[in-house]
Amino acid sequence: IETKPEAHGHNYLKRKGPGALATAYLVIYNVVMTAGWLVIAVGLARAYLARGSYHGLYYSIEKPLKFFQTGAILEILHCAVGIVPSSVVLTGFQVMSRVFLTWAVTHSVREVQSEDSVLLFVTAWTVTEIIRYSFYTFSLLNHLPYLIKWARYTFFFVLYPMGVTGELLTIYAALPFVQKTGLYSVTLPNKYNFSFDYYTFLILVMFSYIPLFPQLYFHMIRQRKKVLGQVEDYSKVE
Amino acid sequence: MKHVEILDAKTKDKLCFLDKVEPNATIGEIKSMFHKSHPQFYPARQSIRLDPKGKSLKDEDVLQHLPVGTTATFYFRDLGAQISWVTVFLTEYTGPLVIYLLFYFRVPFIYAPKYDFTTSKHWVVHLACMCHSFHYVKRLLETLFVHRFSHGTMPLRNIFKNCSYYWGFAAWMAYYINHPLYTPPSEFTNIQFILVTLEFFNFCQIGNLSIHIALRNLRPPGSKTRKIPYPTKNPFTWIFVLVSCPNYTYELGSWLGFTLMTQCLPVAFFTLVGFIQMTVWAKGKHRSYLKEFRDYPPLRSPILPFVL
Repeated sequence: IETKPEAHGHNYLKRKGPGALATAYLVIYNVVMTAGWLVIAVGLARAYLARGSYHGLYYSIEKPLKFFQTGAILEILHCAVGIVPSSVVLTGFQVMSRVFLTWAVTHSVREVQSEDSVLLFVTAWTVTEIIRYSFYTFSLLNHLPYLIKWARYTFFFVLYPMGVTGELLTIYAALPFVQKTGLYSVTLPNKYNFSFDYYTFLILVMFSYIPLFPQLYFHMIRQRKKVLGQVEDYSKVE
Repeated sequence: MKHVEILDAKTKDKLCFLDKVEPNATIGEIKSMFHKSHPQFYPARQSIRLDPKGKSLKDEDVLQHLPVGTTATFYFRDLGAQISWVTVFLTEYTGPLVIYLLFYFRVPFIYAPKYDFTTSKHWVVHLACMCHSFHYVKRLLETLFVHRFSHGTMPLRNIFKNCSYYWGFAAWMAYYINHPLYTPPSEFTNIQFILVTLEFFNFCQIGNLSIHIALRNLRPPGSKTRKIPYPTKNPFTWIFVLVSCPNYTYELGSWLGFTLMTQCLPVAFFTLVGFIQMTVWAKGKHRSYLKEFRDYPPLRSPILPFVL
């Protein structure tokens, strides 16, 4: 739909968004990420069908999970450079919390890798990311099917609590092993006059979910009202 | 005689109508008049502007010099609860002073009970306590007797943010420096080294104070004028030749000295975070100087000579 800038009043003064090259790059990025998480989804399904149980499915998708979840760090760069209009801090926080769970908890504490809680959050992440990255892909191409938009702003009702539960249970499961081995911990005395107790740190991380999760959840609910509330305007246009 | 109407910037509701206002009345005086009809909005929390989304007018602006007709229409925005800068500074600086001493004297419930009320056997720990305490006493005295603030107040929520920062870091540093298992600088860094760091710390403290006094003297009491700072007879101010905000330069120096003296990683973190924040402030100040003064000395850098 082409409209003259004047028709929108002062809308043309709003931020201009990514240029053509940046848009092409972002489309490729989002397509690759969608494909990556689809690979993980398929991997989980195939492993389940082959084994006949939920147990230990993490090992079948360990490598693509690490690769694609870590790759999301690029999204922080996208915000910093300005080709994506999100806050660097917010994106950084979200991506790093995922990376933290992937590497500093699940990868680092082998004993939790066979826990069902890992499957719980991996499944939540997989479904969320497939929807999210296809949402971005279609948005960039200006052809966003209402179904994808609806899915993005509706599935989170279940996926958020599911992911949070999986994450918290996994961290909790890791605690005794961290305490026993002193993983990532530094004690006094040492020449830097510094100490760090990873066990206590993990407990603090768990507590931090209490203020943070409701804020994120209600933010999505508010976004949902704003985005899906314009159903009448959009359905005719698409 | 002019009339003044004040509308809410968001809802455009008419909040107040003042008739028969002197043309030479200032915005500050208009704020006081608005305060009378709306006692909950004391002048410090009023933002008065010509345009709902425009910049705030200054208290010193005079009514007849503004682009308004016989009836001036202003827009009001509530800045939220305000607290005075002096109050914030006094609170945020008293905390570290007291908190550090609690750790220094090894008050119960911090370290193992057998260490309660004992003192460290390392003389550098006593030295560090003196330096840290001196630093915050200096800051408190400067707040009371030296600084001249452009704005009287800041938003109330800042006091919680600022105190968390200062008090939190003070506790974190003090815990390790005064810990029974503290490791002083090794035998390779001997007494000379510690004394050099002490001298450097003192040098930067005096430097920082000199800059604060020089900046104060730029501005007569009660005024809000801004002038370019220049080197004075005091050699510690000669750094103005190369730097716009040498107070921050000296402050960085002090904390570097303290870091080297104590060889404590949390102190290094505190120095780094402070340096980042002061660099942001220095760049902003440097930019305002350049914008305001055509003849601003081109050799100057914001905080580090030639570098940053």
